[in-house]
Amino acid sequence: MRRFHLSPPVAALILAVILFILSGLLPNGFGSNLDIARSQATNIVRLAVFLGVIAAGQTLVIISGFEGIDLSAGSVVTLTAILTYVYVNGQDDKVLAALLISFAVGAIIGLINGIGVTFLKISPFVMTLGMSGVVTGAIIVVNHGNVSGKVAPIMTRIIARPISQAIPIPGAIVIWVIFGVLMWLLLERTTFGKNLFAIGVNRVTATLSGVNVTGMNLATYTLAGALAGFGGFLLVGNTGVVLIQLGQPYLFPSIAAVAVGGTLLSGGKGSYWGSMAGAIVLTLITSLLTTMQMPDSVRRMVLGATLLVLISIYGRQRGLRQ
Amino acid sequence: MKNRFTWDFLMTRYPAFFPLILLAISIIVNWILQPNMFDRETLNSNMRVFLPLVLVAVGQAVVLIGGGIDISVGGIVSIVNTILATRVGLDGSTELMWRYVLVSILVGLLAGAINGFFIAHLRLQPIITTYATSFLYGGLALFILPNPGGGIPASIAEIYRTTTPLKLPLSFFIIAIILLVWKYISSTRYGKYLFAVGGKADAAYETAVPVTSVQFSIYVISGLMAALAGIAITMLSGSGNAEIGSAITLNSITAVIIGGNSFSGGIGGVTGPVMGAITLSIIQNIISFAHINTWWETLVKATIIVIALAAPGIINLLRRSGP
Repeated sequence: MRRFHLSPPVAALILAVILFILSGLLPNGFGSNLDIARSQATNIVRLAVFLGVIAAGQTLVIISGFEGIDLSAGSVVTLTAILTYVYVNGQDDKVLAALLISFAVGAIIGLINGIGVTFLKISPFVMTLGMSGVVTGAIIVVNHGNVSGKVAPIMTRIIARPISQAIPIPGAIVIWVIFGVLMWLLLERTTFGKNLFAIGVNRVTATLSGVNVTGMNLATYTLAGALAGFGGFLLVGNTGVVLIQLGQPYLFPSIAAVAVGGTLLSGGKGSYWGSMAGAIVLTLITSLLTTMQMPDSVRRMVLGATLLVLISIYGRQRGLRQ
Repeated sequence: MKNRFTWDFLMTRYPAFFPLILLAISIIVNWILQPNMFDRETLNSNMRVFLPLVLVAVGQAVVLIGGGIDISVGGIVSIVNTILATRVGLDGSTELMWRYVLVSILVGLLAGAINGFFIAHLRLQPIITTYATSFLYGGLALFILPNPGGGIPASIAEIYRTTTPLKLPLSFFIIAIILLVWKYISSTRYGKYLFAVGGKADAAYETAVPVTSVQFSIYVISGLMAALAGIAITMLSGSGNAEIGSAITLNSITAVIIGGNSFSGGIGGVTGPVMGAITLSIIQNIISFAHINTWWETLVKATIIVIALAAPGIINLLRRSGP
């Protein structure tokens, strides 16, 4: 008899749907009004996009194993958001260049992380934590606490507004779906993806089977940085304002989203679908807690307890005896 | 040739060797910027500020050696601080204070036991588990004390601030006791188990090491050290603030790594992390004494830390590519 098995991304999505339906029964929930329910659901997914994109780079470095993690993601998001904001300054024709700059700046920071981790053998946790401090410090030095700039109208139009009157889906969600497909292709249909899982499972066997572990490691951190940079670009398109703490609140949730999505934090196993589902679940829980109007302290405790329950359901590592 | 052997030998056999160099450099720089650094008064006031981070780093070091990580320590520090600040109060009696110090230690042990239960018994991943419990503990601290306030009697805070047995700071004695206890523990059967579990839990299990109990115990130890740090930080500040522990978590991890321990477990000790924590605190001191423009502080501090982290790797690279 086969044991009933539910893959983590599916489990997370089912959980999200159940939670959402239950939230309708709250005193100020949507009740039986389907229109409100639909717009609430759309809104939650829209908010999840940014966490989801930031979690993409995190997914890559975590799958690559060797305690891979990217704690600089939050500050990179802030940096590229500020760069985009200042550079674009309300002009539509500069948006494409700003997008490229965001990718490039993120990639450079990711590459430095990769160099530290690969060549200087610094554990990723402290290397990226240190970089996070350096980037935050650089932001403070450069903008001296205030920045002047403006988001271009076209960014708001594409990212934050619905595609058209008939289709009330915000552009961000469409971007996310395309992004998700690309991530899936990258992980499942390319040599890079195959090698990534290979080095995540075991670096020695990967080297012996001809994988360039050093190159892969550098590429992974660089790509993760670039994706965080992209996250910053998207995020500023949605918020329309920048602040020094813009990206930091996404940092640990992005790791949590990856874990909730069933990606092993020890590497070698996981999917981006999982991280997407994880991002939706986490955003849903956070926004539910916000609408329930509880004090901050209770909210934090409920969030912590929910997270514990979530990972207890399917985040368990294999037993010692197996 | 012989010289080269010595360096490699020192680096591999004594994980605390490089941290000692870093500590020496930072002490010298600090001494230049602050000539009265070794005055009894200055030394004591520095050490009592450093002690909480040292205590947390010791707990974190044990967790990392055992192959885990604990990012809930800041939350535990905050809970202890808020308990003491609200239950003892500014005009509490000494007896009341000691009673709640005891309660705080029990709370720390309990919080560590909760982490340990989820990680060792339910086999959840340490980083995400302690991230979740950091919300639980941080939220609880905020629940106990929503707004900064409260405190402990000044007379009790003075005990921590001004006690200098043999004219040496109290912190020296506490650190000495910790190092002696660690020396004893690492020679016991438990110490061997700890390194075995951190090195390779599966292999340790095969050789009949009680892996689950050891994994459970490291979080209890970390909880205890965090509680002690919470008590120290409360006696230092004399007041309550639910966010007081939030900065200490990541600092403690950085301190342990600067202290020469490996992130992957099974290697290292506690002496290095103690030095790492002091080095990290001295760097903060140096920044404030060097009269660096406020805007530059974060950048300079982070850069120094990254260089300190990168230094062993850079030296190894240079040595390998050299003649």
